[in-house]
Amino acid sequence: MTSLTAVPLSWYLTLSVILFVLGVTGFVIRRNLITAFMCIELMLNGVNLSFVAFSYELKQVDGHIYSFFVMVVAAAEAAVGLAIILAVFRSRQTLLSDEVNSMKL
Amino acid sequence: MDLILFLTFAFVAVACAINLVLQTHPISSALSLVGVMGSLAVLYLLLGGEFIAAAQIIVYAGAIMVLFVFVIMLLNAEGEPVAMGPKLSRTLGIPLIVALAGLLAFIVHRVLPPGAGVAFGKFTGGTALDVGRKLFTDYVLPFEVTSILILIAILGAVVLARKEIH
Repeated sequence: MTSLTAVPLSWYLTLSVILFVLGVTGFVIRRNLITAFMCIELMLNGVNLSFVAFSYELKQVDGHIYSFFVMVVAAAEAAVGLAIILAVFRSRQTLLSDEVNSMKL
Repeated sequence: MDLILFLTFAFVAVACAINLVLQTHPISSALSLVGVMGSLAVLYLLLGGEFIAAAQIIVYAGAIMVLFVFVIMLLNAEGEPVAMGPKLSRTLGIPLIVALAGLLAFIVHRVLPPGAGVAFGKFTGGTALDVGRKLFTDYVLPFEVTSILILIAILGAVVLARKEIH
């Protein structure tokens, strides 16, 4: 411990775990397609935090690059995903995943 | 100082994330997600990631969340009706979630060797200069592939979102 105020790395990783698990929870319990999609973004953010934390620990910049790629892919994913939600809404007039059930037996 | 900043913004992030999950109206969830992303940007700064913190604010809290809010307004999304699931999932849900988080946190604490801890200013290799140099030397192929991916995503979004022309 170099100084009294240094934060252990495991705290950052625990925060990342908490955010990821909250994202999983929201994805499972929310039925609004847009909110479920936002929970996926929350999971990606949690993982990004662990990338940056490991990058600090290893004193290498690679983790930042991975984190950056995750952001870029998340942007592309958001564009396509929201277009899909738009198409679903246009054909069914609903955003609730419970009501999109035409493939259900 | 590090500890105070970490605890403050970690608390804000977790509170906003819980709010995101519990709110029924999507616009409240979107604003909570902006809160999570903003506090994560501060944590990135504490970890020495200047560039990634700026990108977090600009790309995530700026561009992606604007897209979300735009779609919420466009579709005039209202809050979802409150409906409880089956009794089994209501009673088992929270314990299982806590168990999952506890297991992952336990593994993190178990596997990680005790290090020096995170202090602001100990790692300064995350500036735009360092990230850019690495990105355009070692990671230039993934970078170019990403540009193709974004091009495909734009085309896909346009095709999916356009009105059918009869």
